[in-house]
Amino acid sequence: MSTHEQPLRRAEVAPATEAPAAPDIAAEEEEDLWEGGIGWPETLGMSLSSLRANPLRTVLTALGVLIGVASVVALLAIGRGSQASITASITANGANLLTVRPGAPSSGGVRGAVGESSSLTLADAEALANPQSVPDAAFVSPEYSGNAQLVAGSLNLNARVTGATAVYPSLHNNTLAEGVFFSDEDNRASANVVVLGANVATNLFPAGDSLGQQVRMNGQSFRVVGVLASSGGGGFGSIDDGVIVPLNTALRKLFGARAAVGNSFSVSTIVIQAASSDQIDAALSEVEIALRNQKDLPLDGSGDTFSVINQASILATVTQTTQMLTLFLAAIAAISLLVGGIGIMNIMLVSVRERTREIGLRKALGAREGDIMLQFLFESLALSGVGGLLGLALGSAIALAVGASGVMQVQLSLDAALLALGFALAVGLFFGIAPARSAARLDPITALRYE
Amino acid sequence: MSIMISARDLTRTYQTGDIEVHALRGVSFDIQRGEFVAIMGPSGSGKSTLMNLIGCLDTPTSGSYTLDGLEIDQLEKPLLAAVRNRKIGFVFQQFHLLARNSALENVALPLAYRGGLPADERLERAAESLERVGLGERMDHKPQELSGGQQQRVAIARALVTRPALLLADEPTGALDTRTSEELMGLLTDLNRSGMTVVLVTHEPDVARYARRLLEIRDGLLQRDVPTAEAWAAQDPHAPHLPASPVERARRVGRLPVARHWRRSA
Ligand SMILES: Nc1ncnc2c1ncn2[C@@H]1O[C@H](COP(=O)(O)OP(=O)(O)OP(=O)(O)O)[C@@H](O)[C@H]1O
Ligand SMILES: [Mg+2]
Repeated sequence: MSTHEQPLRRAEVAPATEAPAAPDIAAEEEEDLWEGGIGWPETLGMSLSSLRANPLRTVLTALGVLIGVASVVALLAIGRGSQASITASITANGANLLTVRPGAPSSGGVRGAVGESSSLTLADAEALANPQSVPDAAFVSPEYSGNAQLVAGSLNLNARVTGATAVYPSLHNNTLAEGVFFSDEDNRASANVVVLGANVATNLFPAGDSLGQQVRMNGQSFRVVGVLASSGGGGFGSIDDGVIVPLNTALRKLFGARAAVGNSFSVSTIVIQAASSDQIDAALSEVEIALRNQKDLPLDGSGDTFSVINQASILATVTQTTQMLTLFLAAIAAISLLVGGIGIMNIMLVSVRERTREIGLRKALGAREGDIMLQFLFESLALSGVGGLLGLALGSAIALAVGASGVMQVQLSLDAALLALGFALAVGLFFGIAPARSAARLDPITALRYE
Repeated sequence: MSIMISARDLTRTYQTGDIEVHALRGVSFDIQRGEFVAIMGPSGSGKSTLMNLIGCLDTPTSGSYTLDGLEIDQLEKPLLAAVRNRKIGFVFQQFHLLARNSALENVALPLAYRGGLPADERLERAAESLERVGLGERMDHKPQELSGGQQQRVAIARALVTRPALLLADEPTGALDTRTSEELMGLLTDLNRSGMTVVLVTHEPDVARYARRLLEIRDGLLQRDVPTAEAWAAQDPHAPHLPASPVERARRVGRLPVARHWRRSA
C-alpha cells in the first residue's frame, strides 16, 4: 500500500518549541577510530560459547581429531617402546662387542649360510688374543654353545650350555647373584663346575639353595659355583635361561667338539671386546687381518670363511628399521588426523552458512573482518585442540594399557605428545582458514538478508 | 548547528545477472545534528537502500557521503566497522537478536566490539540501556521468551548502548501493533530531544508524524523534503484533528518509563 492512498490527516507533531538540547551524546570527544576494537580473549569467549551451544556437534567433530591423535600417540609409544626393548636386549650382552662367527659374510655384512668347511677353532681365538696382532681388543672370549638336559634331584630341564672362559662376565656385563664365576684354573683343569642363569637356578632349585649342589649334564655331575643375576632383558637366547661351564670342560667332556680340520677344537663364536667405543672399527680390521693370516686366506677378504659382526652397526640397523616402522605407523595415523581435519572444515563451512545472519549482524554492530575471521579460527582451533588433548589422554591410556598387559613395552614421550598435539592444531588452523575467510568476507547487507 | 549527514548524488545500482536495478538514482540532502527525520515512500522505492548507505552497511555506486565530517568512501574497512560501532545505532525491522543469548548479552554485544571495557562494566551499561527502554525486569530472558515489542525494545537498547550520535531505524514499527508503536515512537522522540539525531523509515504517516522532517522517495529519487507539519496539511486540510500529539497520548497512558532516565544519564 502506497503512502498516498492512505487517508490523510492533518499533521500534529510535538512542537519543536524547545530547541533540541545540546547534543550531549553526539558531542563525545573526538576519538581515534583506529583505537580499541575487540580483544582476542573476548573473541575466544564467543567462539567457545558457540561451541557450547551445540555440544553434540562439537563432540562429534572433535572425535575425528581425537581418534587421529590417540592413534598417533599410542603407535609412537608402542613403536618407541619396542625399539627400546630391542636396543636393550642387544646391548644387554655387553658393549663394544665384535662377534666372529664361522661362514662367509654376505654383502650386507650379515652372516651368510654356514659352510661345511668353515669353522672357528680355539687356535684362532688364541691368535686373536695376541696383543701384537689385535692391540685394540680388551678381551677375547672364545665360546662354545650346545644344549643339554640338566637334572637336579627330581627336577630336570633342557637348557643352553655355554662353554666360556673366566672373562665372560666382564665382557657380557653379567654380575653374580651368589657365589663366584669359575676361574682360569677351573678352565685349564676342565673342572666340572657350572654357573647357572637366574631362571635355571630358580627352576632347578626352587628353594634357592643351589650353591654347592650337584647338577647332572650328559651323565656327568657338575658342582654349582655361582648363580648369575637376572639380566632382565629377556628375549630369545637370554643367558638367564642358560648355564655356563668352563670352555675346556664343554669342548673335551660335554660335547667332544673336535674340529673337522686341523688338530684344534672348534668353537661357536669368538667375542672380542674393543678397549673403547672409538676403537671398535680399528679392532674390527685387526681381527679380520689376524684371522686371514691365521687361516692362510687371501688378505683382500675374498676368501673369508668367517664373518665379523659389529654390534654397533647391528644396533644402528635395528634402530633405523624400527624407527622407519614407527614413522610409517604414525604416518598412517596422521592420515586419520587429516580426515578429522576435513571433518572440522566441513562442520565449519556448515556453521558459517547457518550463522550467516549472525555474522551479518556482528559486522553491522562493528565487528571488523579480522574479528570475524578470528572468531571462526578460534572455533576450529578449539575443536582440534580439545580433540587433540582428549586424544592425547586416550592414546596415552591405550599405550599404558598395552604396556601394563605385558604384551609389549611402551614408551610415552613428551616430544611425541607435543608433535601430535601440534599437528592437530595445525590441522585445525589449516582447515579452519577457508571457512573463517568466507565468514569474514560476507557482505553485511547480504548476510542479514540471508534466509 | 553542525551537519551530521551530507549526501550528494547518491546512486546505488544492484547487478543481478544481466539486469541492473537502479535502486537509487541520485539523492542529495543534508541532515543536521539533532534532527528527527522520517523517510517514506512506496515499497521498492529505495528507502532501505538509502538507510544502508547512511548506516555505512553498504557503499554507493556513485556519489559522496559524509557522516559527522568523515568521508565514508575514503575510509578503510576496519575504520568503517569502527564508525558503525561508535557513531551509529541501527534498529532493524527484523530485530536481529542472537537467539542463544539473553537480552542483556545481546545489548552488550556492540560494547564488546568497541573494546576497552571490562565485561562487568559492559553488562552494567547494557543493563542501564535496557532499563531506559523499560526492560529492566527482562534482562535474562532469551529473545524467544519476549514479545515482539519487547524484542524491538531490546534491539533499540542495543542500538543505544554505545551512545551513538546517530540512530537509524528501518521500519522499526513494522512488526508492532499500534499501541506498542506509540510507545516506541515516544521513546525515539525522547532520545531525539536529548540530542540524538534520529532517522527512521516508515510506511505509516502516524509514525512519520513524530518526526519533524519528511523525506519522500519515489523510484530512487527524492520527491519531497518538507517539515512533517506541512506534509499532510498541504494535501488534506480537512483531515480529522487528533486530540493530542501522539507523544502526549502515550505519556498520559503511562507507558513511557524512559524519558527522565535517559536524559539524566546520557
Ligand atoms: N540485494 C539486492 N539485489 C538486487 N536488487 C535489490 C537488492 N536490494 C534491493 N534491491 C532492489 O532495489 C530496489 C529498492 O529496494 P529497497 O529495499 O531499497 O526498497 P524499499 O524502499 O526499502 O522497499 P520496502 O518498503 O518494500 O522495504 C527494489 O527494486 C529492490 O528489488
Ligand atoms: Mg525496506
